Amino acid sequence: MLRLEAEQIHSLSNKIKELCGEEVSHCIQCGKCSGGCTVAPDMEDMPNRIMRYIQLNMKDKALTSSMVWTCSSCLTCSVRCPEGIDIAKVMNVLRMLCINEGLKPKERQIHLFNRLFIGMIERYGRVYELGLIVKNNLLSLKLLKDIELLPAILRKGKIGFFPHRAKGIGEIKELFKKSRTFIRG
Amino acid sequence: MTESSHHEKIKLLTLSEVVDVKGFVGNFDVTIRRHPRFVDMSKCTGCGDCLAKCPAKVASEVDLGLGMRRAIYKPFTNAVPNVPVIDREHCVYFTKGKCRLCEKVCKAGAINYEDKEEINTEKFGAIIVATGFSLFDISKYGEYGGGRYKDVITGLMLERMLDPNGPTGGHLVRPSDGKPVKSVVFIQCVGSRDEVKGMPYCSKICCMYTAKQAILLKDHFPETQSYVFYIDIRATGKNYEEFILRAQREYGVVYLRGRVSKIQDWGDKLVVYGADTLASETVVVDADLVVLANAIIPNEDALRLAQLLNIPYDNYGFYTEAHPKLQPVESITRGIFLAGACTFPKDIPDSVVMGSAAAAKVCSLFAADELTVEPKLAEVDPFKCVGCFNCLEVCPFEAIQRDVFEERSVARVVQTLCQGCGNCASACRSGALDVKGFTDEAIYAQIAAPFEETYEEEEAHAEA
Repeated sequence: MLRLEAEQIHSLSNKIKELCGEEVSHCIQCGKCSGGCTVAPDMEDMPNRIMRYIQLNMKDKALTSSMVWTCSSCLTCSVRCPEGIDIAKVMNVLRMLCINEGLKPKERQIHLFNRLFIGMIERYGRVYELGLIVKNNLLSLKLLKDIELLPAILRKGKIGFFPHRAKGIGEIKELFKKSRTFIRG
Repeated sequence: MTESSHHEKIKLLTLSEVVDVKGFVGNFDVTIRRHPRFVDMSKCTGCGDCLAKCPAKVASEVDLGLGMRRAIYKPFTNAVPNVPVIDREHCVYFTKGKCRLCEKVCKAGAINYEDKEEINTEKFGAIIVATGFSLFDISKYGEYGGGRYKDVITGLMLERMLDPNGPTGGHLVRPSDGKPVKSVVFIQCVGSRDEVKGMPYCSKICCMYTAKQAILLKDHFPETQSYVFYIDIRATGKNYEEFILRAQREYGVVYLRGRVSKIQDWGDKLVVYGADTLASETVVVDADLVVLANAIIPNEDALRLAQLLNIPYDNYGFYTEAHPKLQPVESITRGIFLAGACTFPKDIPDSVVMGSAAAAKVCSLFAADELTVEPKLAEVDPFKCVGCFNCLEVCPFEAIQRDVFEERSVARVVQTLCQGCGNCASACRSGALDVKGFTDEAIYAQIAAPFEETYEEEEAHAEA
């Protein structure tokens, strides 16, 4: 049961507006985003419901919902929204808020992969595939996941054994530093 | 209202009611009962001394029980005419025989306890019925505490509270304990769109006045937060949708899509239990004040007047137009027009449109010297009429009158009233009545025609 508090009711939508400029309060719940969403058919929530959670300041649901974490940022919703809300951007902000608030996302696998992927980029300036696969399988406790693909991948030289470092790694690290200060504000 | 009271061609009859209507278009004889005012309108200066001195206090009708009035009173602040009236049922002099304070304080000597009711009959050419509407009784909603919880009020009561001349002087306070209001819950469709407790129709105006009140509250009392429980938002007029969006976006009114299930009174607050179907979540709101948008229903008096004027009405008691699309301001009785919410819930612009249209219809009716009617009229053959007057019984328009023909009593059709429905023609025993162009002979001939042809064809076949 949701108890509405007059003082807090607009705080989440205001926070999102502050962070990314998107007016979630403008959502009229038409459902066009959900209708076109590529992942919503397999989810318990739909993008429009996430918007509604924000409008009613239902922080837990809005931040941890599997919808937010499964969103592939394909931007179909953002392009079609009649109120011009960049919904994919809002989803990003929600993921960010979830981590900052120390909440546990429902889709931990996705969160783990995202974290490892971004970590690779920060370290090497590009993806170190083998490292990413090994780390992901180790940390998600699924050691042999997709192992049957390995011989073919190696034979065709799709991934290398050692990481490659990008040339402008210094600049990339600088970018990460800046965005961290933005997120943690 | 004030303007019309000064107009030289408008005669305003207040405290009056129509008790009988006879005649037909162009010749209505209307009997009007004028109730006694007990105050001489020609002498009263409207100073208001009597209002201050009167000892009898009664719950004010216009303030819907939120405030008090005296036994001598003006119904509301800008009442026209600006002359008080004595409420005979509560006046100390009329009930106990002693007092006459108002007479003593009146410098103009306008008080007249001997005033009597008058009944006059006047002639009118046309009648416009604009009797308005009434409101659904919220006490039927026990789960909302309607009528029991003092802080559960109607939209109209909130409107009175927001009036600077109203019972709370324009201050927003809880009617139960006078404490300030921080959180207001509005509930839409109380009585409307509810087939079990109320009416299945939409009351049309509530969405907009609720948004207006929520905006007003935020404007006047910025510390308040409003919540609106709704089923659908029906904002179909010019700039209406934008208005609702403004309430939501600029004024932060929280709209929750669902009907409230129950309200509990916890003494210092009302706890509202509902749901938001958009979030698929049950919702609880602590409210200081709950405002119910109760349904628009026909006036209590509507049926009596409808029977008097021969206006058909629907299941609910709203008057029926001659045609819902093409004749929305005419009644089926010629010369009687309809305007405003007596036909169905209407907002201000719609009522203005309908009133203006009805007035224009009357003007065009009066502009011609002769009345053009449809040729489809009933006609009596006085030679055949036996004077049983079955027709008089069945005519819904009172278009049949008794007449004398060759020293016999016969029926006669008033052509301006007849609508050509044919009721009389089918009720006539002697076959004296027929609708022009639709005589029995003509109809039988039409039915027979196709069969005759077939018969001839058959004969032709037989010969071949």
